[in-house]
Amino acid sequence: MGQVIIRDFDIPADDFLAAGEASSAVRKLLSQLGVAPDRIKRTAIAMYEAEINAVIHGHGGKAHVEIRGDKITIVISDKGPGIEDLELAMQEGYSTAPDSIREMGFGAGMGLPNIKKHADELVINTEKGKGTAVTITVYF
Amino acid sequence: MTIRDIKDKLGCRQAAGTDKMLEREITGVYCCDLLSHAMAKLDHGNLWITVHTNLNVVAVASLTDAACVIVPEGIEIEEQTIAKANEKQVAMLSSTKTAAELSYEIISLLRKAG
Repeated sequence: MGQVIIRDFDIPADDFLAAGEASSAVRKLLSQLGVAPDRIKRTAIAMYEAEINAVIHGHGGKAHVEIRGDKITIVISDKGPGIEDLELAMQEGYSTAPDSIREMGFGAGMGLPNIKKHADELVINTEKGKGTAVTITVYF
Repeated sequence: MTIRDIKDKLGCRQAAGTDKMLEREITGVYCCDLLSHAMAKLDHGNLWITVHTNLNVVAVASLTDAACVIVPEGIEIEEQTIAKANEKQVAMLSSTKTAAELSYEIISLLRKAG
């Protein structure tokens, strides 16, 4: 794959109707490019978790996707409250999601750990009151 | 074993998806209501049993390429979820059995089919 493919998506706030649309589009794109199914699955899981986090915690945001050579890089950014204690947030089972979110099957405190598990590289930049940017890289 | 075989043998009602989608071969069954967990564990072609009926179920099933979602205990599936499932081509079945009964019966059928 010599070409560079760039895609940008809006992630609307509190909109579970649209949540997952960006991940779904990227999954389809990777499938068309002939990327190995297990790599597609890893990408889709990591991106979906980050997308859902932006919907639940970040008042929505943006997804910037770049596919170049042998890797995909996804930046999910929001202008939400930021993550107060990143070390705690990375622990499985820790969640600040409200009950309304838990009732939908989220908020189990697995989002960030799941991203870490499925991404080859994960960088999180977060600032209290400013927002969070999650950068996910998966090698094909 | 196809989705249709499971549907007929277990007496499920089809809630979303086309007839053609029921011909898909299934690769196994998975039962979990934590979406992050299901997301990580569901394999393509799996039947997924969950009590959730919200839109995110369709997104998780679609992203993991699950064969079908089965909602147990006759729990009503939201209209917008059915519409989304049809749009995303995710088959959904509804059953009056519990998740445990469904899991047991599906695993038994899969083992018998070898």
